[in-house]
Amino acid sequence: MPTEILMPALSPTMEKGNLAKWIKKEGDTVKSGDVIAEIETDKATMEVEAVDEGTLGKILVPEGTQDVAVNTPIAVILADGEDASAVAAPAPKAAESAPPVAAAPAEPVPVVASAPAPAAPAIVSAPAPEPEVPEGTEMVNQTMREALRDAMAEEMRRDGDVFVMGEEVAEYQGAYKITQGLLQEFGAKRVIDTPITEHGFAGVGVGAAMAGLKPIVEFMTFNFAMQAIDQIINSAAKTLYMSGGQIQCSIVFRGPNGAAARVAAQHSQDYTSWYSHIPGLKVVAPYTAADAKGLLKAAIRDPNPVIFLENEILYGHSSPVPKLDDFIVPLGKARIARPGKDVTLVAWSIGMSYALKAAEELAKLGIDAEVIDLRTIRPMDTETILASVRKTGRLVTVEEGWGQSGVGAEISARVMENAFDYLDAPVLRVYGKDVPMPYAANLEKLALPNVQEVVEAARAVTYR
Amino acid sequence: MAVAAKKSPAPRTTASKAAAPKSSARRSDKSADALDFSKDQELAAYRQMLEIRRFEEKAGQMYGMGLIGGFCHLYIGQEAVVVGMQSALKPGDQVITGYRDHGHMLATGMDPKGVMAELTGRRGGYSKGKGGSMHMFSIEKGFFGGHGIVGAQVSLGTGLAFANHYRDNGGVCLTYFGDGASNQGQVYESFNMAELWKLPVVYIIENNRYAMGTSVSRASAQTDFSKRGASFNIPGEQVDGMDVRAVKAAGERAVEFARSGKGPYILEMLTYRYRGHSMSDPAKYRSKEEVQKMRTEHDPIEQVRARLLEKGWASEDDLKAVDADIREVMNAAADFASHDPEPDPSELYTDVLR
Repeated sequence: MPTEILMPALSPTMEKGNLAKWIKKEGDTVKSGDVIAEIETDKATMEVEAVDEGTLGKILVPEGTQDVAVNTPIAVILADGEDASAVAAPAPKAAESAPPVAAAPAEPVPVVASAPAPAAPAIVSAPAPEPEVPEGTEMVNQTMREALRDAMAEEMRRDGDVFVMGEEVAEYQGAYKITQGLLQEFGAKRVIDTPITEHGFAGVGVGAAMAGLKPIVEFMTFNFAMQAIDQIINSAAKTLYMSGGQIQCSIVFRGPNGAAARVAAQHSQDYTSWYSHIPGLKVVAPYTAADAKGLLKAAIRDPNPVIFLENEILYGHSSPVPKLDDFIVPLGKARIARPGKDVTLVAWSIGMSYALKAAEELAKLGIDAEVIDLRTIRPMDTETILASVRKTGRLVTVEEGWGQSGVGAEISARVMENAFDYLDAPVLRVYGKDVPMPYAANLEKLALPNVQEVVEAARAVTYR
Repeated sequence: MAVAAKKSPAPRTTASKAAAPKSSARRSDKSADALDFSKDQELAAYRQMLEIRRFEEKAGQMYGMGLIGGFCHLYIGQEAVVVGMQSALKPGDQVITGYRDHGHMLATGMDPKGVMAELTGRRGGYSKGKGGSMHMFSIEKGFFGGHGIVGAQVSLGTGLAFANHYRDNGGVCLTYFGDGASNQGQVYESFNMAELWKLPVVYIIENNRYAMGTSVSRASAQTDFSKRGASFNIPGEQVDGMDVRAVKAAGERAVEFARSGKGPYILEMLTYRYRGHSMSDPAKYRSKEEVQKMRTEHDPIEQVRARLLEKGWASEDDLKAVDADIREVMNAAADFASHDPEPDPSELYTDVLR
């Protein structure tokens, strides 16, 4: 059967082109790879190669024809023994009269009728149950540093596929001593000092995770992870989707995030909103030692990539941790740190220290603040926030990161979308000032949020 | 039908380099005998390379018909590299590459139907239509993508090798990248770790002479890519990437080296792509004569074909029959990929998280 040669699309957007020249003439023999014609697009002149073999039986669109629509038959190739006279020559179609490419495929293309996008999974979902801490469980005061180390050690004992890699995690015992003792217990095979090579070792970690291992990749600080962010987002977060669910990437990227003290702009950035923007990631930022332990254990077991944002200032803070063999805090569940009825304060990580102190100050003014520790930023426990706002009618968010496109902006939008009628005042946000972090002690203090700003915001929304 | 470069009227400023290996301290000096293929090996290589070429021609044609969208990078001309390297692997080994990945997938044994259906964005594609030309995977065949960010696969492949090392499973990861990716920083971060930890990885640099439109000599201070591991003490050699026998021989040496625990190995494959960088590239940065010379003098498939005919191992008719078989397979793949339904809209929100 004679084979039609169609006007090809030569770019993702081409709909028509000019048939500049026929290189092969009627009656010429053609084989795969032979250039048969030249076509001008709006960008370039391209050559058309034959794919099918035989004789150029008939040219249907003469050279010099302008605006030939993509997929118009332009010539016919005959196999051995076929006759050109059998070919009916359709008139060449000009693009003006031809439907666009998508509507004129060579063969009928089954396409699912254009339908509206299906509804996104509900942003508001049923809250996960609180972790079980049985009545009478002994609580042990631990620093966040110890809690994080214990979480890793417990998971490494439990699962041989879990290992930790990063700069100074092994022999130095961790730049911030989070991995203290792990080398001694688990050996150099599972506690791996990397060179200073964030982009490279993030990629190595992701590759190992694609092979089924469960890496914990420590960044000395998340400031340095900016070197590695391509691997975190393009490789770790997107591969499950791009592989149609075949390749999972169970990996934890952890380390201190945000401002420490007097380390200036390049070492004092809060990346919470950056990572929380990305589908395919989970983002966690604990405030208490117990949450740090329970959430890190959950993150290590999670089959997805988890960004675990710690805070250097909180590393040394002690708080009670339940003495249990396997204490897990589920990802995606906020915690009501302080119940109240007049105003909701939402914070996470070190932002909680401002929020809790502000709640104490507010109590002295007769304002009963409810403080929610978000703990997981993505997926966000919107339901807990909404339930609180439905009760208090007022909301203040607290974060160290910048305001524009910040997490507070997202929370504010969700509350407006889902609980607008319950709001008795506009949502207010307390956030880091819109400047790179200054070095000078007084300026640094000014750049960060503070307790007074939270108090004033709460007073503003309660009109007191 | 498909498209290729049109001759540029502008004078070229870069000297072209022959595909045959240049002199190199580490260049293989194996005798021609050692490279000889048996009749079965020649026939198998012929078929596998021709499969890739016919697949790519068909893909180009379908792109022209608007059935394949976006970017589409064809592998035509480079077939000997993946076919030769794959023959050096064992089950359980891994392969990872960049965005010019159709040849690699077919070489690992992935089904042309599933690959073509991914190119057309249909539910029967390897990624259910959600990845496209540059993002396909098959754990079953040890193929780990298919990566669209130039050079990213080098760290990832090093990580796959890390996993082999961690599990001590004897596996080797072939990590392919191009002359363009060779200038990305993470490549050297990976080289350093791979040698430091003696990871079982073979880095295959497919030097097809052009990183999109920039020739090697315009982009690279050191154009002998086999030396790119020198400062990490990684051995490397240049290989005639148009000769499937030379590729296989070098591949076996490199894979054995990596598998035996000696660490990474670099193979620079001197090869050539006949088509533009992607379907929409008119390839004005090189002359038509240069392309034609490679096609007529170094074509990887024609070389095997000539030997088969010369040695009387196959007749013209035998080879025609092979071609007809392959065309049938590729037509069936194209037909499947044209008629398979698009993904169900409900797939929009699946596979984001597990």
